[in-house]
Amino acid sequence: MVDALRAYGWIITMWVRSTMAYRASFLMLTFGQFFGTGLDFVTIFIMFVHTDELGGFTLPEVGFIYATSGVAIGMADLLLGSIERIGQRIRDGSVDVMLVRPVSAFVQAAADRFALRRLGRILQSTAVLVWSLTVLDIHWTWDRVLLVPIMLICGTVIFCSVFVLGAAFQFAASDAAQVANAFTYGGNFLTQYPPTIFAKDLIKAATFAIPLAFVNWMPALHILDRADPLGLPKAFQFASPIAAAAITLVAGLAWRAGIRSYRSTGS
Amino acid sequence: MTTTQPHPKTSPLIELSGIAKTFVVRRRVGRLRRTRAEVHAVSDLSFTVSRGEMVGYIGPNGAGKSTTIKMLTGILVPSAGLLRVAGIEPSRERIQLARRIGVVFGQRTTLWWDLPLRDSFGLLRRIYKIPPARYRENLDRFVDLLDLGPLLDVPVRQLSLGQRMRGDITAALLHDPEVLYLDEPTIGLDIVSKARVREFLREVNAGQGTTVLLTTHDLTDIEQLCSRVMVIDHGRLMYDGDLDGLHSLGDSERTLVVDLAEPLPAIEVDGGRVVRVDGPRQWLAFPAAASAAPLVAAIADRYPLADLSIQEPAIEAVIARMYAEGVAS
Ligand SMILES: Nc1ncnc2c1ncn2[C@@H]1O[C@H](COP(=O)(O)OP(=O)(O)OP(=O)(O)O)[C@@H](O)[C@H]1O
Ligand SMILES: [Mg+2]
Repeated sequence: MVDALRAYGWIITMWVRSTMAYRASFLMLTFGQFFGTGLDFVTIFIMFVHTDELGGFTLPEVGFIYATSGVAIGMADLLLGSIERIGQRIRDGSVDVMLVRPVSAFVQAAADRFALRRLGRILQSTAVLVWSLTVLDIHWTWDRVLLVPIMLICGTVIFCSVFVLGAAFQFAASDAAQVANAFTYGGNFLTQYPPTIFAKDLIKAATFAIPLAFVNWMPALHILDRADPLGLPKAFQFASPIAAAAITLVAGLAWRAGIRSYRSTGS
Repeated sequence: MTTTQPHPKTSPLIELSGIAKTFVVRRRVGRLRRTRAEVHAVSDLSFTVSRGEMVGYIGPNGAGKSTTIKMLTGILVPSAGLLRVAGIEPSRERIQLARRIGVVFGQRTTLWWDLPLRDSFGLLRRIYKIPPARYRENLDRFVDLLDLGPLLDVPVRQLSLGQRMRGDITAALLHDPEVLYLDEPTIGLDIVSKARVREFLREVNAGQGTTVLLTTHDLTDIEQLCSRVMVIDHGRLMYDGDLDGLHSLGDSERTLVVDLAEPLPAIEVDGGRVVRVDGPRQWLAFPAAASAAPLVAAIADRYPLADLSIQEPAIEAVIARMYAEGVAS
């Protein structure tokens, strides 16, 4: 575990160093991320021009919900967003290379092409979060104070797991196409490859449906002291650590199954 | 390294017994239907390799060479059989094994595409936990032997094939592996690069006692490097022995070229048969396993012999015949 973390550290350090060789372009890309993702919030802002409330929530409240999930997604994306590239690597057989190194393939896939510019999104969401916290008139109790970092950490873990699930799914999805490919000795596999697209949709659906409820919505209701419109049990508002642990377990198992099913390519 | 091992000779470094690998593939039939089919990439493969050996592993396309190497490195899990490398079951303890082996895939780089060689090597140093002094020593030696100096700061993607291969070979050896697998290390290289790579491999094998298993389609690699050769076809081991044995197995013939003092009709002699006549020069085929001396004596006895030479059978021809027979069977 310690070894794995250290290896992760070395790999990302190397990628950061190599991006820093082109500092200007790094800064531009980071700002690009900052403003690019910031546009989302501008859209929300514009919706509030003619109304004070949207679905019963004020702009700072929406900002709080938006920002907490934004930070979580941003963190997950920064830490192991590159793992989705595994699909390409499975299809061209370059996972082979990861498997002959004395570091777990997971660490290598997660750290692959670590992109510090993804900080842009985290910074932007953090800015909105700070703004919303200063404007909102929250009745701060201990549990509410604690719930904010818990929400962010669990959110990050949950989104990480979702990315890993998507990556693990690619092992299964590329199986059919890859085998066909190996069999036809490098035939045009691109045309036979709808599963990738399918995988992307699945990831998107999962990204927004499952985790948002726990990451964000449920604990936010408690912090903002709002009644749950769906009337779910109050306990759900504190359940994000359990949800995070559960989905991490599932993702871990899926990844292991994926690696074990890896069969390389015929050339 | 050889000396630090408790049982250098008693147990082989690489041990396969009854190894098989079957891929289940889905074949398309018609527009939508698919059927499952099994590809037996490797069947019932058994061999051992001792420490310090340099073994050539050859066979036609699709024979199962790469599949074997992938099982030996732990990339693929065998479908059946027993496999041990340095006492380790590769697919179960892949990470432990990885520290002790080096792998070069001729077809694909193990380096980081966007990084200069120097950075790739530096990262490998950390990943493999190579002591800094040892790393410097190895790197200096490989840079010198493989002439990598001017390439160290070039991103891998800008290297030519031959340059990249030299980088890959260095990367595979920086951590002093006990065994080095090379899957087509000379593919696509020019004559000079090939010679340099061979020279280097010989040096690594002889100097450090690194065990080497290499696949190739260039039989010169085998002739110049390997005392032992294994031939695989359709996933089965067809031959395991030295090069000379392969010659005799191929049931091949050597050629005696004789220059007579004058043009004469075809020589008639026991133990040889004339295959070609060109003026005073005649070509006689005789079994590769037989000695040329009695044949030469018999000819010199009855014909005005001016000069002679012997041509060894081309290994290519021997192998080609083996492959062809393999396909037919
Ligand atoms: N990932 C895979 N999926 C399905 N079939 C495969 C796969 N890898 C290899 N095969 C099949 O297994 C057989 C052996 O392939 P392998 O790559 O080991 O051959 P090889 O001896 O390395 O050939 P070459 O000289 O062309 O590199 C081939 O029939 C190939 O189609
Ligand atoms: Mg091959």
